[in-house]
Amino acid sequence: MPIAAALLSVAGLAGVAVVAPILTARRLTSATPVVYGASLVFTSVLLVSGLLGLLGGSAFQGVLHLPVGLPWTGAHFALDPLSAAFLVIVNFGAVVASIYAIGYGAHEEEPGRVLPFYPAFLAGMNLVVLSADAFGFLVAWEFMSLSSWALVMAHHHEAENRRAGFVYLLMASFGTLMLLLAFGLLAGPDGDYAFSAIRTAEHVPWIAGLVLVLMLLGAGSKAGLVPLHVWLPLAHPAAPSHVSALMSGVMTKVAIYGFIRVVFDLVSEPAWWWAVIVLILGAGSAVLGVLHAVLQRDLKRLLAYSTVENVGIVFIGLGLGLAFKTNDMAGAAALAVTASIFHAFNHSLFKSLLFFGAGNVLTGAGERDIEKLGGLVHRMPETAYLFLGGCLAISALPPLNGFVSEWLILQAILLSPDLPQWALRFLVPASGAMLALAAALAAACFVRAFGITFLSRPRSPTAETAQEVGRWQIRAMYVLFGVCLVAGIFPGPFLDALSPVSQLLVGGAMPKQPIVPHFSIIPISESRSSYSGFLVFFFILMASWAAIRVIHNFASRAVRRAPPWDCGFPDASPATQYTADSFAQPIRRVFGPLAFRAKISQTLPPPGDMAPARLNLTLRDLVWEFVYAPIEGAVLYAAERLNILQFLTIRSYLSLVFAALVLLLVLVATWA
Amino acid sequence: MGLILDILVQGVQMVLVLALAPGLVGFTRKVKARLLRRQGPPVLQPYRDLLRLVRKEAVLADNASWLFRNAPYLIFATTWVAAALVPTFAAGLHFSWAADLIAITALLGSARFFLALAGMDIGTAFGGIGSSREMLFATLAEPAMIMIVFTVALVAGSTQLSTVAAFMVDHSTLRVSLGLALIGLIIVALTENARVPVDNPATHLELTMVHEAMVLEYSGRHLAVIELAAALKLLLYISLIACIFAPWGMARPDDGVAGMAIGVVTWVGKLAIGGFLMVVFETAIAKMRVFRVPEFVGGALMLGLLGTLLLFVSRSF
Repeated sequence: MPIAAALLSVAGLAGVAVVAPILTARRLTSATPVVYGASLVFTSVLLVSGLLGLLGGSAFQGVLHLPVGLPWTGAHFALDPLSAAFLVIVNFGAVVASIYAIGYGAHEEEPGRVLPFYPAFLAGMNLVVLSADAFGFLVAWEFMSLSSWALVMAHHHEAENRRAGFVYLLMASFGTLMLLLAFGLLAGPDGDYAFSAIRTAEHVPWIAGLVLVLMLLGAGSKAGLVPLHVWLPLAHPAAPSHVSALMSGVMTKVAIYGFIRVVFDLVSEPAWWWAVIVLILGAGSAVLGVLHAVLQRDLKRLLAYSTVENVGIVFIGLGLGLAFKTNDMAGAAALAVTASIFHAFNHSLFKSLLFFGAGNVLTGAGERDIEKLGGLVHRMPETAYLFLGGCLAISALPPLNGFVSEWLILQAILLSPDLPQWALRFLVPASGAMLALAAALAAACFVRAFGITFLSRPRSPTAETAQEVGRWQIRAMYVLFGVCLVAGIFPGPFLDALSPVSQLLVGGAMPKQPIVPHFSIIPISESRSSYSGFLVFFFILMASWAAIRVIHNFASRAVRRAPPWDCGFPDASPATQYTADSFAQPIRRVFGPLAFRAKISQTLPPPGDMAPARLNLTLRDLVWEFVYAPIEGAVLYAAERLNILQFLTIRSYLSLVFAALVLLLVLVATWA
Repeated sequence: MGLILDILVQGVQMVLVLALAPGLVGFTRKVKARLLRRQGPPVLQPYRDLLRLVRKEAVLADNASWLFRNAPYLIFATTWVAAALVPTFAAGLHFSWAADLIAITALLGSARFFLALAGMDIGTAFGGIGSSREMLFATLAEPAMIMIVFTVALVAGSTQLSTVAAFMVDHSTLRVSLGLALIGLIIVALTENARVPVDNPATHLELTMVHEAMVLEYSGRHLAVIELAAALKLLLYISLIACIFAPWGMARPDDGVAGMAIGVVTWVGKLAIGGFLMVVFETAIAKMRVFRVPEFVGGALMLGLLGTLLLFVSRSF
């Protein structure tokens, strides 16, 4: 039974987490490979269980009731197509992260702060996906949050990381509280919290609506939806790079899993207006996330903001799925949901790949600030090649996988004029435009990220003396890039594998993807649209090969190396190059006034005055100013006012206790 | 037998677009020169230029990377594949369902991605400025293109260009949404091909330049391949506009050789008319400042969105 194997592996991971402190306390150099190697083995087993559960049909799925946890309920676990799909996403990311970490972990200065929490974090994520009752789900969720918090705080000597950890802890506890309330509202008859009981319960429309809002707050804050994303660009970059990859690539997917599980599976009757909220949040996250990303100087923070964008894209797909599902358009809903889960999978691949690349840059060149990098393509050729692959995939360019999932979402949007609600009819094309804008901005963002970091001339001595990293890191990245390529060229089997998931969620599935006519995929029907990643890839390969052969054989293949031309006035100083800031300047100028209230002021000293001229640029984070700053202010204000409570006499305390008691009694009396 | 014939027709299309692209550029240059009362170079001059460039040795900057050397071929290959997938003289080509209009747009996006990276490889200020502006224009032109695709797809019920062309021939009526889409597509085409008023293909060493700044460090065969890709892109966009908005004369899948011949003749005629109109427009208008361009291209985005919204309101617009 895959589920038993999966749970045993989770127990194994927990065991590794317990043993790890003993190994690191003895300062064994083998601790790092042992912990990551063991994590690799256990997550591989989990990956295989997930694959069996997804592809093997109902024979490999199942439920398990264990007498652990709360004494009177026990713990429920289940492996159904949805949890199997996310088990695959989680553990594929975990397997490659473990491979990567075998090499990367050797550079860790304080392994004792990372090694025990890494397997615990993996165990927590797997338990969230496997749990089939609210209690187990919440405990696993909190376990996942706390162990990842510990990993964020691994390098706590830097004040920035401590702040990141603090904000993350706050947002994570807030999120868990919201989930707690959501599950409280969902409870089945007689307060039964098993998912099977929740499914059978009838939910009043306003209760169900409240559950949606709470899920958006709880799971959305973990996934990084705007405006709950503020912790994400702080916390994800603070962790060691393989953990950043897991947090961005995988943990956000666990949050998406929680949202899908509750909203598509557990709640009995979703309403059409839910799609409106989800679409607005998704489209807003997609555009704001990438606008932030395009302006970042810190490579890892840039990647974290781009996660916000991709989560937004996934939520656009889910919103479309809700819209179609509530209007009984099962085929369209299946397309939207499949596309968005496929995008979640794709994002876990290329975001891990990019974070690994950033980790290589960090170890190889010792720098995260892209303004101080440059020219790494010569010093770190393999990292550059693989990072470029990740950039192509995340920018939704054919023939890689990011394009396929975004293409499918666009195809789903084209089915939406049949929706009866006017609000959706206006909102869906607008979110399509936002999706296209986000994709185009992502391309600009990653041209900048790759071009400034890896191309051009080194901007600092550290970049000049960068070193390529070890084999383990490169191997892990090759695996990821390979899967990106395969998922882009042969997406059909991946979509077919997701059909039981969409059957479970919306009661329909995409048409079976044909294998023969050149591996093309067909969202609805062949006359409407089709795309063959294989043919596109094959044609590009053949065309470039033919061009090279013809020119080299029949014309010239001579090459001469010379100083750069640069219109006749090359300047040897690397400072004359375009910088990351100057690259983003036009985009900032066009989108900045609206999105960031960007203001530029110049102070030019009068002639004769030797003072330097100054250019001041202010960008405002509106989400922080309008959502978080008021809350922060209110909390501080209340804390100051309530401060007097600390300095009362014993009589005043006693009377306060008495008053509270009376108040509670009155409440109980009126309630009953 | 049918399959071989299909592949043959597809091959003819691939060769034809490649063969005609420099001619189209030469034709537009000639017309532009005549409109300015200059003699102008011969129509065949771009072919001679390409031949000359290809035969020369390639001069690479000292710090050029493998990306710089390989990017021209990738740019050329993606553009060529995209151009081969647009129905030109015949609809329903054998491989036309390999990619729909969204995928063709994204293929051009791949070409642009590599071109922008190549511009940044040497680390000169010109390359960076060109790449940065190209990506800025693309952030508006690409969503505009997607919205135009939406408009067309909602009218024709497909994003597949062959189906769209067939639909337009059978149901040719004037529609507001299609009018908006046409204007939007022309704006996108001017932007993507670096034509006046967005960029000036005839100048070098001007600080407003975009496309020419990115390819400044290229020489020899690499430059030739990039120039050919640019010519292919121009041909692609004119063919695309013709295919969607004036698909008459295009051969149907079951037409014989005669139908194909008619298709080729009408297609060449459409290319000539399209190129001529573009040059007349270019001659009549001045180049914009760089930061006016986002408003211009943003206009296309708004037109596309408006067209789509109209169709969401009612399918009859």
